[in-house]
Amino acid sequence: MSLVIDNLHAGINGVEILRGISIAVPSGEIHALMGPNGSGKSTLGYVLAGREDYEVTEGSVTFDGRDLLAMEPEARAAAGVFLAFQAPVELPGVGNANFLRTALNAIRRTRGEPELDAVQFLKMARAEAKRLHMPDDMLKRNVNVGFSGGEKKRNEVLQMALLRPRLAILDETDSGLDIDALKIVADGVNALRSPDFSALVITHHQRLLDHLVPHRVHVLAAGRIVRSGGPELARELEARGYAGLAAEAA
Amino acid sequence: MSALEPTGVAGFLAHYEGLRARLPGDPTARAAAAELFRTLGLPGRRDEAWKYTNLRPLAEAAFHEPLSPVADHQVAEGIPRLAGSRLLFIDGRYRPDLSAPPAFFTAFADRPLLADLSDRAEQRMIALNTMLAEDGAVLDIPAGHEAGAVQIATIAAAAPGRATGVHPRHVVRLGAGARLVLILSNAGEGTYLHNEVADIVLAEGAHLTLLRVQDESRAAFHIATGVADIAAGATLDSFVLTLGGRMVRTEIHACLAGARAEAHLSAAQLLSGVQHADATTVVRHNAPECASRQTVKHVLTGRSRGVFQGRIEVARGAQKTDGYQMSQALLLSPDAEIDTKPELEIFADDVKCSHGATVGELDAEQMFYLRSRGVPEADARAILIRAFLAEALDAVPHEPTRAAMEAMIDAWWRKEAA
Repeated sequence: MSLVIDNLHAGINGVEILRGISIAVPSGEIHALMGPNGSGKSTLGYVLAGREDYEVTEGSVTFDGRDLLAMEPEARAAAGVFLAFQAPVELPGVGNANFLRTALNAIRRTRGEPELDAVQFLKMARAEAKRLHMPDDMLKRNVNVGFSGGEKKRNEVLQMALLRPRLAILDETDSGLDIDALKIVADGVNALRSPDFSALVITHHQRLLDHLVPHRVHVLAAGRIVRSGGPELARELEARGYAGLAAEAA
Repeated sequence: MSALEPTGVAGFLAHYEGLRARLPGDPTARAAAAELFRTLGLPGRRDEAWKYTNLRPLAEAAFHEPLSPVADHQVAEGIPRLAGSRLLFIDGRYRPDLSAPPAFFTAFADRPLLADLSDRAEQRMIALNTMLAEDGAVLDIPAGHEAGAVQIATIAAAAPGRATGVHPRHVVRLGAGARLVLILSNAGEGTYLHNEVADIVLAEGAHLTLLRVQDESRAAFHIATGVADIAAGATLDSFVLTLGGRMVRTEIHACLAGARAEAHLSAAQLLSGVQHADATTVVRHNAPECASRQTVKHVLTGRSRGVFQGRIEVARGAQKTDGYQMSQALLLSPDAEIDTKPELEIFADDVKCSHGATVGELDAEQMFYLRSRGVPEADARAILIRAFLAEALDAVPHEPTRAAMEAMIDAWWRKEAA
């Protein structure tokens, strides 16, 4: 069992957004999390990655039996958790290659692996970038500065490919992407698939799930999981919408 | 310090009386400076130009003649070598035995060029320097000469309980089309006053890159006043990194005297504890089509205080002036303080002058983004501080100096974060 979320309540500025969420994502599985805007999907991603301004008021989250909520964000990353941001952050003055190498070496250190020098790293990063159909100059530019929406999302996927997480949380990484870019995101996740890798894919659309077939689909509404099911649930949602589902749940 | 010892203005004047018979150069220039200093005294808080920098601690101290230093060679070894030509000054004295001078160098003690700078806005600290200057570097570069890079390294070593005062006088003359990269590095131990004046004259088309790595003792007073006359088509490209000193004022007066002259006066100040550092600039556009550019960055922790005062004066005939000024402060502690005072005084009608100032903390989203990628908190902060300084540092045109500055900034942060 990899990720276990049990009765999680969390909010920001005193407003409760997650109202008792329980999901288990076993190792080797990909789960999709769907739901209308404002249902708490991004909040869940942030809480799992350890963003400090979100407050957990009740419940627990464990990752391989370890209390994830007690860990600093960098310790979660070292344990293998990766959040692909819905709105990747711009870092003016920080070169992308330098950023990626710093992150990779920080994680390699905690794994007891030797750090990569600039040459070794660039070779690896260029190969990954090529696989993701990213132009070389994205490594030279400042992190996400002046990137188009699609380039930012690809940069998240590149980070994921390099850091090789054990749990990837993708927060609407597919939104705003055309079909080719969507396939790149899906390929990025599929390339990591192994018995030791799991993913929680937050999405609005069935489209991504055509390329990234999930083991389970969960539907979040108003801070609660209102339905869970197999991949067919995503198709049902596409046909009936969240409103029909919410009515049924009520 | 004995209660009978004269301090402040009286102390400096007493020092002058004891020293005057053996000071090099024109005694009437010294006497005139002494008279001016006696009349005007040290700058006080009622002076508008010194509103944010209170020199009272300096006025209350007594500064003595430095004694002959100890462990010269060891101290000299500790200074980073940033250029092949190196001029070492220990406690204000030129040390030929520890220097590798270029051909165009003369020690000020041997060639005491005391130009009259008394018409400048900051007369008092200049007068104090003119009254007491004993040594310094005179760099006289002939027209058309590509002079490469020269480092002036100063070291002060004051014994506990005995503050010392030095008043270096540097004279830099670049003939038409001459070029020089001049690196000033300042370091020391104990309590002392480093009251420096740099007298700079750039002839037509000359280019001076002036870089300072200021890492004085945390108990030192560091006051550096640069006065530059910049002729047509000439450029002064200056960058000051301030890390040291208890009380610091780096003041540059740049006069753009001929058409298409340029001044770039940028700085970065990294302060902690109770340090106070003031970067003051006055750019006078006296001719048409001149440009001035300034980017000043402050990183402040503890109870430190940063000051930026930037004044741009555009004379009536200085059409097509292009002036730009930006001060940005990163406050890493709730007790740190920044004061910014931009002043534009424009008498021409076809000019482009802009200025801006920002104050902020490290961005929480950027911090989280870095940490979520596994970067430890202290490293994430270091990355963002470096990124904040990058815009200013990237403009430092001398690679070895820029690399030394980057290493010192990293070391500064490692110490702060520890």
